[in-house]
Amino acid sequence: MATPQAIQTGGGLGGLSEATRKRLQRKARIDVWFERVLFAFAFAVLLLLGAIIASLIASSWPALERYGLEFFTENRWAANVEVFGALPAIYGTLLTSFIAIVIAVPISFGIAIFLTELCPNVLRQPLSTLIELLAGIPSIIYGMWGMEVMAPLLRTWFPSVFPAGTGLATAGIILAVMIIPFITAVSRDVINTVPAVMRESAYGLGCTTWEVARRVILPSVKRGLVGGVVLGLGRALGETMAVTFVIGNNLFLNPTLTGQGTSIAALIANQFSESDGTQRSALLALGLILFLITFAVLAFARYLLRNSTGRHA
Amino acid sequence: MLKHVFATLVSGSLILGAAAAQAQEAITGAGATFPYPVYSQWADAYQDKSGVGLNYQAIGSGGGIQQITAKTVTFGASDAPMTKEELDKNGLLQWPMVMGGVVAAFHVDGIDGAINLDGKTLADIYQGKISRWNDEAIAKLNPDMELPDTKITPVYRAEGSGTNFLFTHYLSQVSQDFANTVGEGKSVAWPAGVGAKANAGVASQIANTNGAIGYVEFAYAAQNDLHLVHLKNKAGKTVAPDMDSFMAAAANADWKNAPGMYLVLTNQPGDNSWPITGASFILMHKQVQNVDAARQALEFFDWAYSNGDKMAKELDYVPMPKNVADMVRESWSEIKGPNGEAVWKQ
Repeated sequence: MATPQAIQTGGGLGGLSEATRKRLQRKARIDVWFERVLFAFAFAVLLLLGAIIASLIASSWPALERYGLEFFTENRWAANVEVFGALPAIYGTLLTSFIAIVIAVPISFGIAIFLTELCPNVLRQPLSTLIELLAGIPSIIYGMWGMEVMAPLLRTWFPSVFPAGTGLATAGIILAVMIIPFITAVSRDVINTVPAVMRESAYGLGCTTWEVARRVILPSVKRGLVGGVVLGLGRALGETMAVTFVIGNNLFLNPTLTGQGTSIAALIANQFSESDGTQRSALLALGLILFLITFAVLAFARYLLRNSTGRHA
Repeated sequence: MLKHVFATLVSGSLILGAAAAQAQEAITGAGATFPYPVYSQWADAYQDKSGVGLNYQAIGSGGGIQQITAKTVTFGASDAPMTKEELDKNGLLQWPMVMGGVVAAFHVDGIDGAINLDGKTLADIYQGKISRWNDEAIAKLNPDMELPDTKITPVYRAEGSGTNFLFTHYLSQVSQDFANTVGEGKSVAWPAGVGAKANAGVASQIANTNGAIGYVEFAYAAQNDLHLVHLKNKAGKTVAPDMDSFMAAAANADWKNAPGMYLVLTNQPGDNSWPITGASFILMHKQVQNVDAARQALEFFDWAYSNGDKMAKELDYVPMPKNVADMVRESWSEIKGPNGEAVWKQ
């Protein structure tokens, strides 16, 4: 494929008629503009990202400047006395997402392997569709279901672990249910890319289904699977509505698994509309922290992926 | 045929558009969510009478104060009053428009009907110091009642709200310890319990949890048949939350001597006063640019004071007494146009 520059200089086109050359030149100009427009689109995203970070930093600066390190060491978020500690919310965000990933990853991989390796053909399509439907349910529905159905059930079944039904672990479970369809859908798609010949030769060598899944399929699509998990984790970290309903919304640091707590997104959702001055600035600082956490998680996932490429081939 | 339908649709939407443009002759306001149902009810009736509509955005008290300070609306509304200093700083006038009560509701298997509590006990429950329903402090207030050994789960409003402000303001008045460790405000850090979203979330958490206690606006409790707590008031009498005890609390309120009409009606004196009563406030600038808009708003408020009592009561709100309404009308003389003339004339 000739580059536009080569055509415009006309060096190699001496033998062509005037009309053909003009037409080619016009097409080349279109191509140049096409590239420029696409570049502008891509650049606009970067610009927007930069602008969001800049405005977050600018608007959270008053709180960060006033509280400094205290913002990260104080163990409660009490807006009425202007004590703002981000620790309870950071802890809640990380813990609920962690619980969600721990529950969701094995289940999602299991579903994906079942769908691609074991599932009878008749069931495959309906099951896939159902799982995709699960991904389409609005998060407020999950929140209401969590509050009205799951929390009371947890309280009845395990009253000593879930005395109120709500709490950090409950939020983690809801998040797991919410991200399972995402991780499953991605995993199923990448597992489908494993060439049939690899499976068949493994079975031909006498491998069991477990061995094929564990030794052949999973290692060969590791990259894609981690991508699916990161997608799920990203959703879990920022999920707001469903979490607000079931997390308990306690603004003290409560370093337990099942206690009442809060997350960054839930805290912002609860307080932003009635906030002003320092409180608003502090909430925006929380938003900045969530942004950085998500960023760090994505970067870490990339790093893991880079280290795992060795086994890919 | 299709063309015809299309033409009809277009002309129809044009007519609607014109109507919408005409309806822009509306009073603009923003703020508290608590009085929103009664304000919209009043606005409906008022529009039928006068043709002037109300465009009220229930964005929360904090938002209402921001909007009126930025002069993007004609009036702001807030559940928590502004102090005299804050008002003067922003050149605002404030008055109470309607009142309501906050009530405590509970759910304990084995207790039917009401339970008696006092403010101190309620504050201790919300601080996690009293954690069982058969605690001595509760038993002493309910001598004839068989109290089960159930764990108490306090439920609170998770989001910033005027209901939170009234409830914490009351607890801070009756318990010095609560005032020191938690304090009053629209969002506070509760040491114990579960935070639920909005009145509906609190009510549902109470209904689902054996041993739960929570607080909601009275209008909400009345519509949802919750078991209510009777509270011991400042006079030492135990009262049930109803329209009469809210009215009693309101009647004892001394608006005259409250600078800037800053008055939170919690813990009012009087044998029949319900201790957690509060007013919702309107805020307007004393110096207005748009005289017509300001006059339209004041005419609406005037009409609501004179004709809105029945509608308010039907929605379980407490209307302002007549003498307070007259006092408010008098204070409107402070609202002046660019030429220094009062906007409101009796």
